[in-house]
Amino acid sequence: MEVDLNKDMKILVVDDFSTMRRIIKNLLRDLGFTNTDEADDGSTALPMLKTGKYDFLVTDWNMPGMTGIDLLKTVRADDSLKTLPVLMVTAEAKRDQIVAAAQAGVNGYVVKPFTAAVLKEKIEKIFERIDS
Amino acid sequence: MTNSKEMGGSFDEFENSLKVQSSKLKSLVDDGDVAGALEVISELNNARDTRLYLEVGLLTRSLHESIRNFQIDTSGSTTEELSKIEDASDRLAYVVEMTNKAANKTLDLVEETMPFAAQMKNEAQSLKQEWDRLRRKEMTPGEFRKLTTRIDTFLEALTKDSGKVHENLSAILLTQDFQDLTGQVINRVTSLVKDVEENLVNLVRMAGSVDAITGTVHDLAEVENGIEGEGPQMNAAQREDVVSGQDDVDDLLSSLGF
Repeated sequence: MEVDLNKDMKILVVDDFSTMRRIIKNLLRDLGFTNTDEADDGSTALPMLKTGKYDFLVTDWNMPGMTGIDLLKTVRADDSLKTLPVLMVTAEAKRDQIVAAAQAGVNGYVVKPFTAAVLKEKIEKIFERIDS
Repeated sequence: MTNSKEMGGSFDEFENSLKVQSSKLKSLVDDGDVAGALEVISELNNARDTRLYLEVGLLTRSLHESIRNFQIDTSGSTTEELSKIEDASDRLAYVVEMTNKAANKTLDLVEETMPFAAQMKNEAQSLKQEWDRLRRKEMTPGEFRKLTTRIDTFLEALTKDSGKVHENLSAILLTQDFQDLTGQVINRVTSLVKDVEENLVNLVRMAGSVDAITGTVHDLAEVENGIEGEGPQMNAAQREDVVSGQDDVDDLLSSLGF
């Protein structure tokens, strides 16, 4: 099902590897999302999220400083951010970890290596569920 | 390794003499020969001390050997590139740098090429519509003249842009040579790690013998960690606790009500 996504929405991409951030930004641009910013770990992302009025957060799990799972927990515990949709894009593939992310309130979980089609499908699914 | 065998042999000897001496001790005590029993105890103590010194000596020698072995691979690299890199972490840092450079160069080239492809596609699409109008004879002579100029420009641009696309694709191709170079470095580091592991196992075996002689028992409590990032999983297909791909993740999440 094709979902009408708001292509102007503001997206924060958090990953410690600049190449992965570039790949995700390029894929998002291909999907029509051009309003994207980057952060290299949870502790740089958090102040940006608090002031930047982001509509969507795409984060890695394993990062120095603040990890993606801690960022997710912090976002869910913050009154102004708790409804922010969060997609985790990570190499972490243990069942325990996926369950932990789900319990922490993640909206979608993509394991690396991933394809453009998977990223698109998960983003659509997240906003389809939010809109319904 | 000769050391451990040699040591294992001597350790068995020590154990045998321990058995003989203890039964001798028992019979002396049973017979009420206290002085004789004490002498056996002191003999046992001496044997134990001698063994202990020997073990520590062997352990020290082996430790030195192992430390020396650790160096062999790190300094004996053949290519000029590797000789600049003195230890494994430097080598791995080099791999990170090489892969980072290659990934960025590839991304640069892709980002540079994509607009060309998009432009070619857009212009071709738009020309196709005009062309169809011409074939349906819906075009005025004025429009036709404009179309021929556009086709001219398009073909010229196409020749130039497709040349650029080809050039960038060739550059992307060449950028993949990092795999060869980093592969060599990683293979060297892997063999180094194997050597280090072998030497460590020998050290642990020796330390075990010393523990056995001195009767040391280590209290190695398991440290409980919270859930931590582990990075990419190897052999995911053979592991129960790891998902083997996005389909598995989706199944797991949907079983959780996602």
